[in-house]
Amino acid sequence: MNKTIITMGLAATGLLAFAGSTQAATLQDVQDAGELRCGVSNGLPGFSQPDSSGNWAGIDVDTCRAVAAAVLGDADAVEFIPLTAAERFTALQSGEIDVLSRNTTWTTTRDASLGLNFTGTNYYDGQGFLIKTALGVDSAYDLDGAAVCTQAGTTTELNLADFFRANDMEYEAVVFDTSEASAQGFDNNRCDVLTSDTSQLAALKTQLTDPDSAEILPEIISKEPLGPVVRQGDDEWFNVVKWVLFGQINAEEYGITSDNVEEMESSDNPSVQRIVGTSGNMGEILGLDDDFMVDVISQVGNYGEMFERNVGPDTPLGLNRGNNALWTDGGILYAPPFR
Amino acid sequence: MSSDPTPLKPGNPKPWNDPRVRSVAFQLIAIAAVAWIGYSLFQNTISNMESRGIRTGFGFLNETAGFGIIMSLINYNETMTYGRTFLVGLTNTLLVSGLGILFATIVGFIVGIARLSTNWLVAKLALAYIEVFRNVPLLLQIFFWYFAVLGTLPGPRQALDVGGVAFLSNRGIIIPKPVFEAGAGWIGIALIVALIVSLVIVTWARRRQAATGQIFPAFPVASALILGLPALAYLVMGRPVGWDIPTMGGFNFSGGITAIPELGALLLALTIYTATFIAEIVRSGIVSVSSGQTEAALALGLPPRRVLRLVVIPQALRVIIPPLTSQYLNLTKNSSLAVAIGYPDLVNVFMGTSLNQTGQAVEIVAMTMAVYLAISLSISLLMNIYNRAVALKER
Repeated sequence: MNKTIITMGLAATGLLAFAGSTQAATLQDVQDAGELRCGVSNGLPGFSQPDSSGNWAGIDVDTCRAVAAAVLGDADAVEFIPLTAAERFTALQSGEIDVLSRNTTWTTTRDASLGLNFTGTNYYDGQGFLIKTALGVDSAYDLDGAAVCTQAGTTTELNLADFFRANDMEYEAVVFDTSEASAQGFDNNRCDVLTSDTSQLAALKTQLTDPDSAEILPEIISKEPLGPVVRQGDDEWFNVVKWVLFGQINAEEYGITSDNVEEMESSDNPSVQRIVGTSGNMGEILGLDDDFMVDVISQVGNYGEMFERNVGPDTPLGLNRGNNALWTDGGILYAPPFR
Repeated sequence: MSSDPTPLKPGNPKPWNDPRVRSVAFQLIAIAAVAWIGYSLFQNTISNMESRGIRTGFGFLNETAGFGIIMSLINYNETMTYGRTFLVGLTNTLLVSGLGILFATIVGFIVGIARLSTNWLVAKLALAYIEVFRNVPLLLQIFFWYFAVLGTLPGPRQALDVGGVAFLSNRGIIIPKPVFEAGAGWIGIALIVALIVSLVIVTWARRRQAATGQIFPAFPVASALILGLPALAYLVMGRPVGWDIPTMGGFNFSGGITAIPELGALLLALTIYTATFIAEIVRSGIVSVSSGQTEAALALGLPPRRVLRLVVIPQALRVIIPPLTSQYLNLTKNSSLAVAIGYPDLVNVFMGTSLNQTGQAVEIVAMTMAVYLAISLSISLLMNIYNRAVALKER
């Protein structure tokens, strides 16, 4: 009996000591585990959605696969963990996932008070409204008195309140805990309008019973830079995730694609050489192999390929590059130089 | 055993050999260990969160929430604080739980008695109802009422019209709202007076019946008072209550009082589901009363309804109350399934939106758990007091 108490006491002390030392080197942990744990949305076409055979696809999914390719040399060494909007930050804070890539908007509060760091932007989005065509409304400024479906725990909910208050209009917020449920509410006429980031609206519109019965209003009421997030206080890992995405954007800028990456290894252009690792030591200073971007580009592709494959004009979402075009093509995608 | 030359002396053993001292000491050590573990966990969490740059503390409760809530019993808008969203969520939870408990008890008692009816059809209908709704998961039932039943109602522009004043659509039920003008306070005073007088009459009637055996029709007299006095005040004061009748405008009705369909669906599902369990509890309570009691009462010439009301149910309550308490607790806790259909209860508003906007998971989850614990313990306490009142008093 006394022995049991002592054993339990020791076990409890051990547990506490263990809990006290979770501040760790994520890069080393991921390499030791041989697998990257990535938090994604629980189903959003174009961003992260499992297909019929359980393989995840989408631009957020590819962002994680690129990190896995850079760190582990294998883009498939990722365990995808679907999370609701309300669960995502806690999962990252508690160390349940290594990277959160879940169409998450970069805001001051999230960056400064949650113990998290945003590593960049993999999609520049903005909030819009999807409305039933039958209502005959063609501007967001005519929505006074509308019932609006939205998803709980998102910046969308706050922008919605700000927009209606700023324009002195009344609304009724019908809040669901997943984006599918909010789309279903809209489909069932529980609300007149569905609000979300416009990329999501495009995706959700394709899933309505009659996709032609609704249209997206022209007004964009907010800035929504979406990007991957890591825990604060692990700068090494922060740099790795940040520079994999920058590397993909730079690769597009210099015309390196999954098809020509082998040939590019013999390129004379010093900028290209630094990306594919034939000159300089970019990989080494990040704690990776020097040719890490070759793994990323050959297995996942550059940013443009990632965009076209998941959300581009040839996909059901049919989105144009718009703001997400390179700065050289009139967009705002501008990665710091790889040197 | 080898013999010990010293004989055992009674009394005054050394403190470490005294079983009483030892047992107290061990318990103190155990309590200290538990307290230490709890304290260490708390400290460890706080220091870890600080070292990771996660904000802690309850300061967020005074910050502006900035999001809208569809339904609120207390005054709320986007400019109010997170602390206010907590109160909005709490009152919405209490509303749906309170109404759910009331309706589930009424339906449960009726069905439980119907289950024992001598009428074959009534008994079998009650049985079918119980078996169907008790064995389908509650979440599915909530979805059923929300999406399959209330969701298929027409939109607000084609709303079902009840006498041109109330409207039923997939946005909920909208009824006229009373507008109190000067002098309306007298109606409230009349109602209070009527309630007090009724209470006096009922008490007097019961005493008189106990003393003389004569029955006074207390129920009809009290009903007439409660309805009649306020009506009289209404007429005397020159009809000081107007009605705000909902009118169609733009997207939806404006004016009136709206009961949102999320509340309706949740309330229907909770009531119908919990009532099946209450019905079975009521049946078991009635069956537990010896049939000799019923026969004796009938032999005294009491009509069957009075046998039930005066002899069977008071005795059955002793069996019914304890399990009924756990059903009330279940109903209250099940009301948190509201989050699935977007009813703004505590879990949806506070643990959903507020948590996500502030990111202060530890504080908010702890507060929410404390609230459910407090509600549950309060229900238990009230039911225990009631149970003591109806329990068998041995004289």
